[in-house]
Amino acid sequence: MNATGQTAIELAPPNPPRGWPRERIVGHVLTGLWILAGIGLVGYLAAVWNLTWFEKYIPTYIAGLKVTLSLVVISILLGAILSLPITYARMSKNNVLAAIGYGYVYFFRGTPLLAQTFLIYYGIGSFKPQLEAVGLWTFFREAWYCAILAFSLNTAAYQAEILRGAIRSVPRGQWEGAASLGLHKLQTLWKVILPQALIVALRPYGNEIILMVKGSAVVALVTVADLMGATRLAYSRSFDFQAYIWAAIIYLALVETLRNAIDWFERLITRHLRR
Amino acid sequence: MKSIWTLLSWGSEGWLDEIAYGVFITVSLAAATLPLGLLIGFFVALAKQSGEPSLRLAGNVYTTIFRGLPELVTLFLVYYGAQIGIQSLIRTVNPEATVDVNSFISGMVALGVVFSAYASEVFLSAFRAIPQGQYEGGYAIGLTYGQTMRLVVLPQLIRIALPGLANLWLILLKDTALVSAIGLNDILRWTSVAARVEREPFLFYSFAILIYLALTIVSSFGINKIERSVGPEPTR
Repeated sequence: MNATGQTAIELAPPNPPRGWPRERIVGHVLTGLWILAGIGLVGYLAAVWNLTWFEKYIPTYIAGLKVTLSLVVISILLGAILSLPITYARMSKNNVLAAIGYGYVYFFRGTPLLAQTFLIYYGIGSFKPQLEAVGLWTFFREAWYCAILAFSLNTAAYQAEILRGAIRSVPRGQWEGAASLGLHKLQTLWKVILPQALIVALRPYGNEIILMVKGSAVVALVTVADLMGATRLAYSRSFDFQAYIWAAIIYLALVETLRNAIDWFERLITRHLRR
Repeated sequence: MKSIWTLLSWGSEGWLDEIAYGVFITVSLAAATLPLGLLIGFFVALAKQSGEPSLRLAGNVYTTIFRGLPELVTLFLVYYGAQIGIQSLIRTVNPEATVDVNSFISGMVALGVVFSAYASEVFLSAFRAIPQGQYEGGYAIGLTYGQTMRLVVLPQLIRIALPGLANLWLILLKDTALVSAIGLNDILRWTSVAARVEREPFLFYSFAILIYLALTIVSSFGINKIERSVGPEPTR
């Protein structure tokens, strides 16, 4: 026993000095390079700062951003609706239906979105007399509608896969339990399976939205004036490279905001699962 | 009006030879990007799982930027940015010079950095799936860090990362279609030219899509083969 009555506080030994191992040097150099790149970027933007350029193209960019956002929102929603019958077909026990669903998903996931957009806008748009005969010409004449169609069909395939994966992640016992309680199949799906499946699906859905935001840039190549289209316009008129820098900054900010919002939302609805 | 078979025939009348050249460009671009992206992705993953905070930060910034930018924007940034950058460098010496950046190289770099940003995430989760004991075991029998990596960790890492990387390969193959926007003569570029010249957009774009579909199917077969040769993941 300590006679002086000193309380035995166990002090942890101090951390050994970290020193400067190779890892730390490389890390500092690389972080320094990023900081330099950031300073260089700000410096570049300050050097080319040009008020007339801004006044001229800010409205174009804002209009482009609106087009991008509405394209993504409309396509995601239409795709979500369209993905339901596809998921149903894909999970059906009927071989023909399952094959159709599989073919649809494989086709749209196995080919570039840009090629699909070209096929719909230029390809289907080339049948003008036939389209006029059935009254669809006004639809296929507009690049905007064609882009929405292409994007909705494309994202429907991805969303169907997400939904299918999520539904299959719910154990079979849940179906059986609901059936033994006398619930109808649709009731089971709506009240038992989907609430559990959507938590699993949330992250992939979020990724799909981000992929759509990024993928939507290709519509600029079929003359839709989205954010990328505004950028190309500004660049081709002014030959000012900052057009692309601003586009990159806006897209990056958009994607990061979305990503953080999705993270926050996921934390919010999985509160009950955290221990 | 020419028949479909003339349009899609080999030789001066048809477009098959041009489109075949486009397929060659697309496949070689994807094949050239793959090793670049894998290499950068691996090192970025190493940085992100290191114990050194500054290294992790540098890796995370890389991933955030190149995963957040649309591929098309990255492509234009690299293509025009390199052109302007190199040109202004050279003009300090020779004020008359104009520089044309190779669109193949630009496409390779742009798709490579995007691929590597995604690949680093795949590698990172594969790294996390390998227990610490594997490293400790390696050190315990006297292997250096490099040897442990190469002989103990990498063989397991590849097996775990393979499905994710295979997925990225399919995405890369589709993303190569974007380089037609910077004037590289890939599948989509040649079919667009043919569609405009012959006024048969539906035919040629359908043909392009079928080629991409065929490439995807061939890749899937190849991936299945590789995955089978690597063998199933051992149960622990």
